[in-house]
Amino acid sequence: MTESLLIPIIMTIVGAATPILLAALGELVVEKSGVLNLGLEGMMLIGAVTGFAVTATTGYAPLGVVAAMIAAAASAGLFGFLTLTLTANQVATGLALTIFGIGLSALAGENYVGQTVDVFGSVFPAALAEHPVLRVIFGYSPLVYVSLLLVAAVSWFLRKSRAGLILRAVGESDLSAHSIGYSVIGVRYMAVLFGGAMAGIAGCFYSLVLTPMWAEQLTAGRGWIALALVVFAGWRPMRLLLGAYLFGAVMTLELHAKAAGFSLVAPEFLAAMPYLATIAVLAIISARKTGKSLAPACLGKPFKPSS
Amino acid sequence: MLIELEKRKEPSKAMLYLTPVIAVVATMLAGAIIFSLIGHDGFGAVRKIFLAPLLDTYKWQDLGVKAAPLILIGVGLAIGFRANVWNIGAEGQYIMGGLAGTGVALATWGMTGWWILPLMCIAGIVGGAAYAGIPAFLKTRLNVNEILSSLMLTYVAIQVLYYLMRGPWKDPDGFNFPQTRLFTDDQILPTVIPSTVVHLGVPLAFVVAIAAWFVLSRSVFGFQIRVVGAAPAAARYGGFNTNKTIWAALLAGGGLAGFAGILEAAGPFGQMVPQFPTGYGFTAIIVAFLGRLHPIGIVLAGIILAVTYVGGELAQSSIGLPAAATGVFQAMMLFFLLATDVLVKYRIRFASAAKAGDAA
Repeated sequence: MTESLLIPIIMTIVGAATPILLAALGELVVEKSGVLNLGLEGMMLIGAVTGFAVTATTGYAPLGVVAAMIAAAASAGLFGFLTLTLTANQVATGLALTIFGIGLSALAGENYVGQTVDVFGSVFPAALAEHPVLRVIFGYSPLVYVSLLLVAAVSWFLRKSRAGLILRAVGESDLSAHSIGYSVIGVRYMAVLFGGAMAGIAGCFYSLVLTPMWAEQLTAGRGWIALALVVFAGWRPMRLLLGAYLFGAVMTLELHAKAAGFSLVAPEFLAAMPYLATIAVLAIISARKTGKSLAPACLGKPFKPSS
Repeated sequence: MLIELEKRKEPSKAMLYLTPVIAVVATMLAGAIIFSLIGHDGFGAVRKIFLAPLLDTYKWQDLGVKAAPLILIGVGLAIGFRANVWNIGAEGQYIMGGLAGTGVALATWGMTGWWILPLMCIAGIVGGAAYAGIPAFLKTRLNVNEILSSLMLTYVAIQVLYYLMRGPWKDPDGFNFPQTRLFTDDQILPTVIPSTVVHLGVPLAFVVAIAAWFVLSRSVFGFQIRVVGAAPAAARYGGFNTNKTIWAALLAGGGLAGFAGILEAAGPFGQMVPQFPTGYGFTAIIVAFLGRLHPIGIVLAGIILAVTYVGGELAQSSIGLPAAATGVFQAMMLFFLLATDVLVKYRIRFASAAKAGDAA
């Protein structure tokens, strides 16, 4: 009885958490390099529609994921060109990217509305993946396991690798990194492109795994929650994992409360819950850290070596 | 060949005014090429979207009606952006303003009197300002980033709207449709030009923009906004209170967005419906930037964006261009503006690689 109730709930939480984890992980690396890309939502939508279109055309989902990564990274490259090469305002450019992504994805996905695709196969044998109890561990889309591996990899990269150290230096003190000969702009370009590719995977998690179909504004503001999650995690990958699953649980509440015919509060209130929870969490986190901020010191500031 | 950016001693005034024009022209050219490449009639689309609404005098009234909310919200956002306060939740404040005004309309339903409409407008302004007060409180007291909080609140506002439409505010005689009663004659904005759709909100938007111009250029408040945005440290030494500026910027932005909301509800809509959020709050961000954060510039930018809305609808009905194309054109305009912004502060030099090496 409990397992028939509990297991679907856990699986829904993982499903809801994974895309925001992927997107937030990319954004974390971007912000660690000192760049604030508010275009997450737009990049995710570009990824979602590209992944869906390529999968629907070729019938091969991994190709869709790769295409989504490339398309979203390309849009991130546009953001990078404007903010890094032309030193445009990062907040405004990020917002422009989101508005652009919403429009472009709606335009590109017009002919795909209502279509369905063959979803991912499982990585594990059916005996495990479809087992009534063990599916809680083995029954997910390959992208879920990829996301967990990526958390570990990014955590290692930032803390232990030389390249990660350089990336953090660029984000904490761009002028010092520049003066000892590192290419601040180059490092930031790499980080921004990585963030775009991650947003691309996150986007196609919606269009290829969760729904799986394409609809306008499919990501429904989850990109913004991913942005908040980075603040929540204090720019640490492991805390991001915790935060994503916590948010996943809040989002799942809505689905399961509805399914269980829970009618004490209005469904609209439950739908607003993830956003209210985000504000509450941000308030607690931001109020608690007195004095020194956890954010990278150069976050959002354009790099101008000569001025 | 290398492209070099050389910093100007002073930002170029000419470029400041010229770049929005360059951005619009570049959008038209790039749009025509891109839409041709993806299999639409690109040049036809650009002609329909950017020129047809201007050439057809019958469409001018629609331009005014679309521009009014964009100008109102854009002016409010520009006050914040000047002070580096990034309120991007104007859409939510617009919804809340519309809802607050609708609340008054429903409470006074069946009554008559000249006072009802002004009361609805005040409720709209207060509703929008109060909703923007939440990010202001969170920012000044708890140091919560206003970008995220104001945006989250937009999604919450949409749910509040849905809740009220589905439940408490549903028209009792409306065959169970999720919408309010139609507003009565005393609750609807009068048209100012007979036999057109131009309602009182259109001239009001222009008046507000001009008033904002005077406030921002002539008053201490306007100066304070500029100083806090341009040089926060200097502002602190000068005795300007940063927190007060944050409050003022958000309340002004929210109030104007709320005003735009109730003017839309009491104007073109004439009731409250779930389809009320049309994205004006987000498009107004483009308007504010394209107008160079200057109220008069914003009036012009508001009209340009209104052209793309009206033209987008024309292109949809005449050459079958998808509705989403309008958003793509609008975003491209902001991209090009941000890209050409570099010309204000920098001069572009084309230097050969050897020379660039010498210079270094």
